[in-house]
Amino acid sequence: MFGIVSDLSRWAIPIVLLLVPLIAAARKVNVFETFVEGAEAGFATAIKTIPYLVAMLVAVSVFRASGALDYMVVLFSPVLSAIGMPAEVLPHAIMRPLSGGAALGIATDVVKTNGPDSFIGRLVSTMQGSSDTTFYVLTLYFGSVGISRYRYSIFSGLTADFTTLIASIYVCHKVFGS
Amino acid sequence: MVNFVWLGMMVIGVLVAGFNGHIEVVTKAALEGAQIGVQVALDLIAIITFWLGIMKLAEAAGLVRALARLVQPVTTFLFPSVPREHPAMGAIVMNLSANILGLGNAATPMGLIAMQELQKLNRGDPKTASDAMCTFLALNTSCITLIPTTIIGIRLIYGSADPTEIVGTTVFATAAGMTVAISADRLFRYIYSRGR
Repeated sequence: MFGIVSDLSRWAIPIVLLLVPLIAAARKVNVFETFVEGAEAGFATAIKTIPYLVAMLVAVSVFRASGALDYMVVLFSPVLSAIGMPAEVLPHAIMRPLSGGAALGIATDVVKTNGPDSFIGRLVSTMQGSSDTTFYVLTLYFGSVGISRYRYSIFSGLTADFTTLIASIYVCHKVFGS
Repeated sequence: MVNFVWLGMMVIGVLVAGFNGHIEVVTKAALEGAQIGVQVALDLIAIITFWLGIMKLAEAAGLVRALARLVQPVTTFLFPSVPREHPAMGAIVMNLSANILGLGNAATPMGLIAMQELQKLNRGDPKTASDAMCTFLALNTSCITLIPTTIIGIRLIYGSADPTEIVGTTVFATAAGMTVAISADRLFRYIYSRGR
């Protein structure tokens, strides 16, 4: 299983890089010029995201460094035991929608401390694999086209994140016991 | 909403640091956050430029249109406001495919292209998200993942007996999340359109 999975991830991009230019050439496209023409917009697109990313990451960073995140963990721990969620994974659940790097850091730490094959290790792995950094994605994607009014998209994103979290806890209890 | 969350994190962060008597971490954390923000954007330049080039090639070769046509029944249901043959559809399809395969690096630039195309279709205020954008981001942030590449790697590093055993639970959790994301998007759109 792991063989197929890692082969697939390893081959996917090289195959795209092989097939796309070949097929384009077969259809009489000027491959080099077309690539450059498309790539031209890359710099501007990336630079446009800076103010949005800085705004969001400053707030997340201050919130975490101040210790406010740790208080949130203490505050919510009674609720957690009711839904079968170990307190160890709460910082991950909070950080996941905010910062991919920070969430991955927490997941790594939890896997290292509890062992990858412990219930907590498997649960945090499932949580890490199943959710995305909603705030980061919204900030980056909307930022890149200059949109500052997100309407309801944060609500739908967080509703989905919460469902994924509950589903992770449920399925891990079912599959891995504990 | 983003204003509320942002203000909340900032104010609570500063106050908590003050009460705890280590106010000095605030300045440091703020500057670090800003630095990471710029760093991420700079790292993105290379990869976005690269994928924009490949995308243009794929588009010129007619590949994007072919892929988009393949999954058309689903996408026309999800994005009724996007014309079938519009480049936005192709970029959306490519972005979601990359997400499903756990190729985050490839997904981001295609997602940004999709947003640019959707912005061209945005008939309302250019600073306000369109319906299609909200649907796209709901899907994007909750997309089914078949191969959670990064965490499998972490599990491998820490000596798991079976690093991929969490693939099944991940697929289950993401399927649940995606179902709810699509429903929530429809529901909130309805509520918001009535609110005006």
